Formats: sequence, C-alpha cells, structure tokens
Amino acid sequence: MTSGLWELVLKGVWTTVQLLVFSSLLAAAVSFVVGVLRTHRLWIVRFLAGFYTEVFRGTSALVMIFWVFFVLPPAFGWQLVPMWAGTLALGLTYGAYGSEIVRGALKAVDPAQQEGGIALSFTPWQRLRLILLPQAVPEMIPPFSNLLVELLKGTALVSVMGMGDLAFSGNLVRLALQESAGIYTYLLLIYFVIAFALTRLMRGLEKKLKAGVGKAPRPGLDTDAELKRAQTTGVGGRVA
Amino acid sequence: MTWDWSAVSDFMPQFWDGLLVTLQALALGSLISFVLGLVWALLMRAPSRFVRWPVGVVTEFVRNTPLLVQLFFLFYVLPEWGVTLSALTTGVIGIGLHYSTYTMQVYRAGIEAVPAGQWEAATALNLPRIRTWQVVILPQAIRRVVPALGNYVISMLKDTPMLMVITVLEMLGEARLFAQEHFQFTEPLTVIGVAFIVISYLASLLLRSLERRLVR
Repeated sequence: MTSGLWELVLKGVWTTVQLLVFSSLLAAAVSFVVGVLRTHRLWIVRFLAGFYTEVFRGTSALVMIFWVFFVLPPAFGWQLVPMWAGTLALGLTYGAYGSEIVRGALKAVDPAQQEGGIALSFTPWQRLRLILLPQAVPEMIPPFSNLLVELLKGTALVSVMGMGDLAFSGNLVRLALQESAGIYTYLLLIYFVIAFALTRLMRGLEKKLKAGVGKAPRPGLDTDAELKRAQTTGVGGRVA
Repeated sequence: MTWDWSAVSDFMPQFWDGLLVTLQALALGSLISFVLGLVWALLMRAPSRFVRWPVGVVTEFVRNTPLLVQLFFLFYVLPEWGVTLSALTTGVIGIGLHYSTYTMQVYRAGIEAVPAGQWEAATALNLPRIRTWQVVILPQAIRRVVPALGNYVISMLKDTPMLMVITVLEMLGEARLFAQEHFQFTEPLTVIGVAFIVISYLASLLLRSLERRLVR
C-alpha cells in the first residue's frame, strides 16, 4: 500500500472516531433522560419513554440511517450534514438500548435507599442526583462498555451512505488496489484495536467509580449478567 | 410531508419478496449461530489451552469487529481464494459466524449455571463423559439459555439489512431498489421500518411466553 492510501485510511479512522464520540455523547444523553423518565411517577411519561425505547430498539440501525438520510430531508425540509445525520441515527438508536441499562440499574438500587431519601425529605431531584445515580452509575459501566463496542461496530454502517469513515475508505482502497484480503484484514484489526482500547478505558472507569462507593469491580465475566444481557437485543423489555 | 399510498401498494409485491429473503437469512443464520456457538463453547472447555487460547482469540476478534466489514471480507476475499458462493450464502455464513461468538457466551453461562451436584452425580453414576454431556448437562443448560438465544435472534433480524451491501435483496435492498426506480424514498423506507418494529415486537412477545414455560 502506498502512503497516499494509508493517509486515506487514517482519515477514515479520524472520521470514525469523531462519529463515535458524537454519537456516544448523544446516546448517553438519550439513555439517561429516557431511562430516568421510565421510572417517573406519571404513567403517561413512563408510557411515552417506553414507546420511544420500543420504536427505536425495534427497527434496525441501518434502516434508521437510511430513514434519516432519505426521508427526513423531504419530509421536514431538513438536510443534515452527513456527520450529524449519522450521529442522530446512531445516537437515537443506541440511546434506546442504553435507556434500558439506565432503567435496570436504577431499579437495582436498594429501595431502602430511596425511602431513606424520602424520610430525610429530599426532593425527587435530590434523591436522583445524590442517592440513586451515585450508586447506579457504577453498575451501568459494564453493560455500557458492551454497548459502546456495539456502537463502534455500528459506525461502520454510515459508510453505506458514502460517508468517509474507516469502512468506506477501506472500500476505496480495495477499488484502487483491486485486491481485498490485505485491506480488509487491516480494517478489522484497526476496529479491533479501537474496541480493545474502549473496553480497557471503561474497565478503568468502572474501577474508579466503584471505589468511590466502596465496592470492588466485577471479577471477569459473570454468568448471571450473560444470561440477562439484553442491551443490544430484543424489544419488549427484559427478556431473559 | 407528502405520503403516497399508491407507492405503498406498488411496493408491496417487492416487500413480500424482501421479507421472504430476510426471514430465510434469519432462519439459516440462527441455525449456524446456534450450532457454531455450541461448538465454540465446548471447545472453550477443552482440557488443552492450545485449543482454548486460539478459539478465545478468534471469537473475541470476530465479536469486536463490525459485521459490515466482515461481510465485505467474505464477499470480496473468498472469491480471491477460489471459493465462490452466492451472495445470500455468504451473508448467511457471515451473520451466523458473527452471532455464534455471542451465542457461545450464552451457552457458556448456561453450562456454568448447571449445579456442581449434577456433575458429581454423573460421576457417581459412572456415566461416560459423552453421556454426561448428552443427557445431564446440555439438556439443563439449553433450557436455561433459550430466552437469551432468542434475544440474539431478534438482534440478528435487525442486522439482516446489512446483507444489502453485498447485493442481497432483502427488505432494505428491495426498498432501496424501489426507491431508486421510482424516486420515492419515504414510503418504502417507512414501510420496512414499521415492518421491523412489528416483527421484532411480535418475536419478543413470543419469546416472553416461551420464557415463562421454560425458565422457572
């Protein structure tokens, strides 16, 4: 491979990383807002938040990307820059998966904690901010780490729309060289390295956050979580 | 916003064709992932680390890289190596292989969840190793993992649109074809979007009733 082609690949890596950062920020915001709303005391709020989750988890991310790129512009007169269109589609889809994680972790906090907050006459906002979230957030990190890797894999989908991410630049290199084994192997390796780095980063974060509430991080993979893992899967609430 | 019902009815014949291909890919892909996942899970329990280590590395690699790029790899590299398969076959293999690395973890968890007493009882009864797996461990493990496997089937359904990139005409492929021929994007894309929500919702309801039966 010539240096020009490597430059192309590096540009692709940069676009992928940018897209990953933007869409994970949007996804995190969506998951916290929707996840917290799913524990709201008004049924209509819970219903709407649940409806959002079902719809966005129900469709395929690729279909969502097509929809944002092709249906949104004529329907509402918005023509988004590809980067923002990709961010929107990925962030909303993966945010729906994330909201399930947030809801699950909030539900897993001992109810006595919540009651303690009520007894001390904390406002609902204070209870959420000072009691629930500090205990729930460390528990969310392992599933969020899995979701982040799924999101990284999801960013490859925008290449179908001609956005110059890593997968797209890989296709260009294939066309230039008329040879595919090498470039696709490199591509897979680069994705793997990014995923590995993300997993490590989240491990460190988990350790730090858990130390903050006086807990040890999980030892390796645990069996129970594997059978209950639902973050990338299924609609209709917790199956399994 | 303009919505044209006649475009929807024009799209319907192609939609059913696409749905058929999607379901075919899903059924075959699930089959491969269930079988291959069990193979990986059993290999990961092999006594020699020269078996466990390579299997662990390969499956970890496949799980952490995008299915899209894996599909490109299979579709463009296999012919270079002299293996020519149809696009649908390539896609089914790709999706099955990718998800087998997920189902493998599910099987592993299911096997580990079988109480140690069951192993000890099998040893006490002097059952050969193969019989122990066949009649004691796997029946109990698989019962436990069915709901989790079902989750991955739904997840796989939502990844089938990726087969479009390797020229398989599943639902999204048909929708894109129709859209490009008629310059109407809104209707076909919305139809298949709704179809995905409906199918995956129905599947999750089915799964929940299955779960109630199997897991107590």
